[in-house]
Amino acid sequence: MSDTAPILEMKHVSKRYGGIAALNDVDFVAYPGQIHAVLGENGAGKSTLIKIAAGVTDPSDGELFVEGRRVNFRNPVEAMAAGVVCVFQELSLLPDMTVADNLSIVSPPLRGGLIDSAGQRQRARELLAMIGCEDVHPLELVRDLPLSRRQMVEIAKALGKRPKLLILDEATSALTAADVERVYAIIRKLRSDGTGILYVSHRMHEIEALADVATVFRNGRRIETFKKGERSVSAIVQMMIGRELTHHYPDKPAPKPMEPVALSAKNLSWGTQLRDISLDIRKGEIVGLGGLDGQGQRSLLLALFGVLKGVTGTVEIMGKPHRLSGPRSAMRAALPVALIPEDRKTEGLMLPMNIRDNISLASLSRFKRGLGLDGSKEHSAVEKMIDSLKIKVADLAAAVSTLSGGNQQKVVLAKWLMTGPGIILLNDPTRGIDVGTKQEVYQLLRDLADKGVAILFYSTDYAELIGCCDRVLVMYNGGIARELEGQHLNERTIIETALNVDDKEQAA
Amino acid sequence: MNDLRHRIHHNGGLLAAIALFIVMFIIYISNHPVGLTAAVATTATNKAVLLALVAMAQTLPVLTRGLDLSVGMVFILANCLASVFVVGTIGEGLLGIVLVLGAGALAGFINGAIIVWGRLQPIITTLATGAVYYGIALYVRPGPGGDVQSDIADLATGQLFGVVPAALVVLLATVLIVWLPYRHSVLGRAAYAVGSNEQAAYMSGVPVQRAKLLAYTLAGLLAAIGGLMLTFNTYSGEASSPIAGTYTLNSIAAVVIGGTSLFGGWGSAIGSIFGAFVLRTIEDLLFVFDLDPLWQPLFQGVVLLAAVSLGAVRVLRIRNRLELFA
Repeated sequence: MSDTAPILEMKHVSKRYGGIAALNDVDFVAYPGQIHAVLGENGAGKSTLIKIAAGVTDPSDGELFVEGRRVNFRNPVEAMAAGVVCVFQELSLLPDMTVADNLSIVSPPLRGGLIDSAGQRQRARELLAMIGCEDVHPLELVRDLPLSRRQMVEIAKALGKRPKLLILDEATSALTAADVERVYAIIRKLRSDGTGILYVSHRMHEIEALADVATVFRNGRRIETFKKGERSVSAIVQMMIGRELTHHYPDKPAPKPMEPVALSAKNLSWGTQLRDISLDIRKGEIVGLGGLDGQGQRSLLLALFGVLKGVTGTVEIMGKPHRLSGPRSAMRAALPVALIPEDRKTEGLMLPMNIRDNISLASLSRFKRGLGLDGSKEHSAVEKMIDSLKIKVADLAAAVSTLSGGNQQKVVLAKWLMTGPGIILLNDPTRGIDVGTKQEVYQLLRDLADKGVAILFYSTDYAELIGCCDRVLVMYNGGIARELEGQHLNERTIIETALNVDDKEQAA
Repeated sequence: MNDLRHRIHHNGGLLAAIALFIVMFIIYISNHPVGLTAAVATTATNKAVLLALVAMAQTLPVLTRGLDLSVGMVFILANCLASVFVVGTIGEGLLGIVLVLGAGALAGFINGAIIVWGRLQPIITTLATGAVYYGIALYVRPGPGGDVQSDIADLATGQLFGVVPAALVVLLATVLIVWLPYRHSVLGRAAYAVGSNEQAAYMSGVPVQRAKLLAYTLAGLLAAIGGLMLTFNTYSGEASSPIAGTYTLNSIAAVVIGGTSLFGGWGSAIGSIFGAFVLRTIEDLLFVFDLDPLWQPLFQGVVLLAAVSLGAVRVLRIRNRLELFA
């Protein structure tokens, strides 16, 4: 493989923001026909590397070569013209436009100087068929598509540019299992066609399944590049975080059947998306929500937080009836409820607002003084949260958008923990954050549970559910298919139940 | 047919504006003492087309998630320039028209240039440049007066073949020559992309800056076409600050009634034309029902509020409260 010419080569590339080096004298090579995994914690320099390759930012120092030619991308268009195409984690689709418009946004088929809409639709149909998304109509608006379909459209859009080097940044994080398989197949096909692929993911099994070569970054430096199978998973994790990992998950305490039931829901239904759901969560318990993506888990969390209208069934909090009439009433229930949303950028954070305001936003009533706010009380409370969650911030007054993904997620957690919740609903809180931060989140959840907080934890990562939760409710088609506990709580039963495969062992 | 269902879904706001206009216009005509004659239609059209053109102008910046508070001032500037330069022989008049349209486009281009390269907020930029353009209009025409080439004026405000209001033909021609090609051009679609999500548009390699420049430039051009038509109607120029302000604000109202989102990325200039027609018909309705003109602003406000509320009907269907904020 290495005797072919590299598709992308970086020599002594550095990138500094202010005084801080995001990338430090990095040499990096990617070859055609190779799937190259890029690994590292948040802030390790992966996204900076990608942004430089895709022409989004300029390197402060160093040289960039594509197919042996020295290049100096001033914007993403020039990178695309050279064959470097990136599927960004933050979707780059235009929500108010049709799928067909989006797929041909840069160089649409023209007829007489104007956009040929019939040709564009035809092109969209071909691209959608290529990724197995025939169910998406080319005239559908992107904003009407669920997140998982949008991500597939995003991939189709990148494929439409016929990349020589395709960069995938957490490209499968929102996909359903079936779509992930399709994406794998597409990536492998591209590899055999000679396309180079850079693959950024936090899911270790994905990297094992796909990558030919992997490079680990840490603190803006390239640590090591190695071929598949040359390093064990624990060695890789070790390289990424630079410290020994003894436990992936905190220990689980013994079951606590005597604790009072914090949250009890009976026969919750909502349209076709939630069907007759009943569940109990005791104080101090972490209950997992599993199953394939889009089986109603997100709706269930939103329903319990009072965001959905027209939910039938009853909810009791600490034995008292609770009306599902909105987040404000959920926050004032007998045990205050907090929802950590899935999409931190739209539902969790006010990106342009500063870190302090974001953290204290949901608990401002605590800092009231007369008609105004007690600034010093607010400040010290925020500092306390930042310390206890180990959020890496230089300046509380900086916009939250300047933080890395993992630290942004911690800000969302801090915001809700500050309200002093007795019940926490989590919607896939570890999506797209690094291993180190994930472990901190797991420990934090267990500590909260030990203090008596009831936690409902939806995750798309089965290992996380098994490692973190006392019990797991597996959802299928809007209902709870099965509750798993103790020895039944393992990957096999979760997957079986998620796929709704008849469990014959159970009968035997 | 699946395609048709999507198309209707995409054009809901436009269809609602057309329906609202048709209903109001039928009420107006059926209560009109004379009924629908060529003369009545021509008078109604001549007034309505002015706002329709200014509303089309406003649509383009709004689609890019901007706003142009100077459209009314460019409209008045074009009126004052036309009362000076569109005079003499027909040939000289035509030359004057080119000059007036060029001035309008230049004014729009300056707005766009300041917004794109100066990176200033559209609202404050156009508030300032609008004052400048009004100042120039006042300098050109300190008091009401002037003249206009009457052959061209009569042609543009009369009737074609004795039935079709010529102003409507001008409006249609503007749609065919300016709007439709723009809508289907790469830069026109880029304007929608920028309004929909500017960051994503940039990441996708959309020419963000050129799209904005063109949107503001065409806004100036369209407002100038409106100003020309105003001159053809009044045979004079007047640097009137109230008229400039009214047209600016009504253009925003017309854009909203026409189903264009003030958040950008969604809508069309065709919708704004019907939005403008709706606003004009309100005035005419008050006239045929013989209501005191004093009530006009109040009624106009109520109808505007009602029309905008139509767009909010979707709220009643929403089952997930988060969608209210999407």
